[in-house]
Amino acid sequence: MRDILIHLALLVVLPPFLPGLIQKTKSWFAGRQGPPLLQPYRDIWKLLRKGAVVSRTTTWLFRAGPVVGLATVMCAGLIVPFHCAKAPLGFEGDVIVFAYLLGLGRFFTMLAALDTGSSFEGMGSSREAAFSALAEPALFLALAIICIPAGSASFQDAWSMLPGAMRFAVHPEILAAAIAVFIVLLTENSRVPVDDPNTHLELTMVHEVMVLDHGGPDLAFIEAGSAVKFLVISSLLTHILLPIPPEGGWVGLAIFLGGTLGLTIAVGLLESLIARLRMVRVPQFLVAASVFGAVGLLVALVGGAR
Amino acid sequence: MLTVLIGAVALLCVSALAAAFCSRWERLCLLTGKVGALVACAAGTGAAVSGIVRGLTQAVETPFATPLGPLRVSIDPLSSFFLLCVFLVSGLAALYGIGYLRAHAGRRSLAGLCAWFNLLIASMAMVVLAGDAVLFLFSWEIMTVSSFFLVVSDSDREDVRSAGITYLVASQSGVIFLFLLFVLLAQPTGQFDFTVWAKAGTSSPAWAGVCFILAVVGFGTKAGLWPVHVWLPQAHPAAPTHVSALMSGVMIKLGIYGILRTLTFLGPAPSWWGVSLVVIGVVSGVLGVLHALAQHDLKRLLAYHSVENIGIITMGIGLGLIGRSVQMPAIAALGFGGALLHTLNHGLFKGLLFQSAGSVLQATSESNIDRLGGLSRRMPHTALAFLVGSIAISGLPPLNGFISEWLIYLGAFRGAAAFSTGNAVASLLLLSSLALIGGLAVACFVKAFHVVFLGEARAIDPAGVKEADGFMCAAMWTGMILCAAIGLGAVPVLGFLTPAIAGLTGMPMATPLDAGPVNGLVLASTLLIALAGGLAGLRWLLLRGRSVETGATWGCGYPQPTPRMQYTSSSFADPVIEPFRAIFHSSRHATGMVGVFPAHASHEDHLEDRAQRVLFPAVRLFARALAHVQLLQRSRVQLYLAYILATLVLLLVWFMARGGF
Repeated sequence: MRDILIHLALLVVLPPFLPGLIQKTKSWFAGRQGPPLLQPYRDIWKLLRKGAVVSRTTTWLFRAGPVVGLATVMCAGLIVPFHCAKAPLGFEGDVIVFAYLLGLGRFFTMLAALDTGSSFEGMGSSREAAFSALAEPALFLALAIICIPAGSASFQDAWSMLPGAMRFAVHPEILAAAIAVFIVLLTENSRVPVDDPNTHLELTMVHEVMVLDHGGPDLAFIEAGSAVKFLVISSLLTHILLPIPPEGGWVGLAIFLGGTLGLTIAVGLLESLIARLRMVRVPQFLVAASVFGAVGLLVALVGGAR
Repeated sequence: MLTVLIGAVALLCVSALAAAFCSRWERLCLLTGKVGALVACAAGTGAAVSGIVRGLTQAVETPFATPLGPLRVSIDPLSSFFLLCVFLVSGLAALYGIGYLRAHAGRRSLAGLCAWFNLLIASMAMVVLAGDAVLFLFSWEIMTVSSFFLVVSDSDREDVRSAGITYLVASQSGVIFLFLLFVLLAQPTGQFDFTVWAKAGTSSPAWAGVCFILAVVGFGTKAGLWPVHVWLPQAHPAAPTHVSALMSGVMIKLGIYGILRTLTFLGPAPSWWGVSLVVIGVVSGVLGVLHALAQHDLKRLLAYHSVENIGIITMGIGLGLIGRSVQMPAIAALGFGGALLHTLNHGLFKGLLFQSAGSVLQATSESNIDRLGGLSRRMPHTALAFLVGSIAISGLPPLNGFISEWLIYLGAFRGAAAFSTGNAVASLLLLSSLALIGGLAVACFVKAFHVVFLGEARAIDPAGVKEADGFMCAAMWTGMILCAAIGLGAVPVLGFLTPAIAGLTGMPMATPLDAGPVNGLVLASTLLIALAGGLAGLRWLLLRGRSVETGATWGCGYPQPTPRMQYTSSSFADPVIEPFRAIFHSSRHATGMVGVFPAHASHEDHLEDRAQRVLFPAVRLFARALAHVQLLQRSRVQLYLAYILATLVLLLVWFMARGGF
């Protein structure tokens, strides 16, 4: 019961902190002061209190997009474990449901963008569709590496079966899975080098341009949704990288929080250090993630199950 | 139960005849044809459901006998399941057909359409009911002929005629393999009875392998597996829409039925069968969805998605076979269960998509989707049907398509862990391909839905567009409700399918699928709906009493956007297809832009199906070779009589040489 409450608290409270932390990291790296750490909370609160302006081309799908987008990532957040190996809603096959919930959210986000009839939003959706289709196999190959020793597609079994310390020395394939998931994390959350959330030109945007026409509570839902999505996918990586005790407890919570914040800062650093890739290079970057997954699986199969 | 089913088939045949005879009164013809079809389908669906629930196994023989033995009609849980698919989806297609054909009254002959339609349903039911090879092949051929006449019902159009010929050639080439297969299967016992075959098995593993290959090629042609799918993208756009729904939703599934039925004759399956089916399924699935992305014709796009979904079903069967061959019944049950459920699901959501596409086609008379747009405001029911169908076919929760794909995923994850290396690699191939297919299918249906229903109309006048009529909407709503019901009622549905799955895995009637994970899945789906509902309520509360203005879409500073500047299906699909360009035969012609103020520029890009470019010339070459045989055909009765005489003399000589009399 305590674990479930901690999980729900993390899911509701933590997410908006992460984009703020990325922004702070980037500002610090560029020698600026940057917005306050808690700015995303204020932004969401401000947007929730506003009215809205909608395009007269749009239909109910435009309004449904942000709602479904936030609902799917929240539901996914109930399926992935955070500070222990167990999530409030875990069952065999939850790994697949997790990936497809994100897919459903993306489906509605793309339709909501296209509902406006703007060709800029069309560009964004089309790129999103292309990149996410290529990221999907990488995610599944990485998940297969983690799930094979457990013998079932369940987060709880998979996280419990991961070896503790020195996991990469004994099982290098876990490192391959971590790299693949990291690339998926960057893609799904529209970070550099796949997409640049700070770009100012609509022509070069991917995710940002899809939400151009949303405002007020809709935009608040979208901002909250992308923050939750970052937490949810980064929690996979935290579990792969760090030995979080399956029973959780305060130790698990501390490791999880440390891992999540560390990962967030790492994404901020990466964003400060490298430029985004040219659009035509992004597919190669994503195929590289699948290659890491496939090589990791070969290592796992040849080396025998743990 | 068998009596009800035979009665339903008889009713279909009688109403087909009646419709054919009252061709002069079109309303009456439509009435008899469709009422007959609806009553028969309702009765047949009920009988099939009760047949599955009771695990019925029953057979009757005709009192007379053909030279190859008496005709047998039989039913077991597997055939009950396929009968359910046949009657349920056909019933919806018939209901839709009433509205669809009403608009055509007076413009083309409805008698033929109604009669062949009912005959097609009857023959499909008989294929599944057949208990011996003779009746099976007979019904199979009736099915081909009746669907051929439905495909060419617009026979004054050149493209329709050529599509019909392609379909006929493909079907008959497939049947050659089936004749060979049945001759081989009859070899050990000399009988054509399916139950005898199931008991006797084949003489050796090598022969069983040959039979397996023949079945996959012969039935795969009907099912639309790569590369013998070439008839699908031609025939589906040519046929009237309610017929496309029937052919894509049900008829191609009988190829799957044929493969499954043949597998029951062949005894224990070595694991290479399963692995090769997985590979064939992966190829069909991935290439099918990629070709769908490249299409501009809605019905052709849906036809390629049939290739994709048949691929997914084949992957499931392959996984089930591997599970059976290595004695892991739980994995076999997941593979076969996913495949069977996907068969039913695909019938439902593909029917829904075709019906919706047909309504669009009827309302706009425009088959190029790049000219459409913004139809969801004019046709809200049709748009909702296409949206629900899109979510279901993309395998997204909480609808039915996700349940069946999820079962196959679950089996593949378990298989990757439990199988030996070779089979585990097949499972992993399945896993990653299914993920890729899922992502690409989402892209394809976002493309199709937005370009037809969202934004502004590109090159048509939206004012003239009218919503589909009551019958068509009723059929679509029933389909939508069934898709949602299977998605949320997965637990009872899978329990209901257990007898059919158990028969395939070769296990007793224990529940082969543990309900725990399915319960979790349904809980997650329910939670998702509740969350979405809650958030929608929150949004409504927040915006109540605040100003919600409407304005023009933000044009990023450009002051004069026109509807033609919107993203089209081609522009949407281009970056998705680009990494996979090598699989197409592509030809680009671009003039490029010259000068500072270019006056004219053009760009053409054609992506063609490589299978078609290889198979069509091959068939033409073969046909040219056959032209030499035409020397025998001289349209003179005397000559034909001489042939008969010569044959008789030869037979007599052969008979005497064997020591007859």
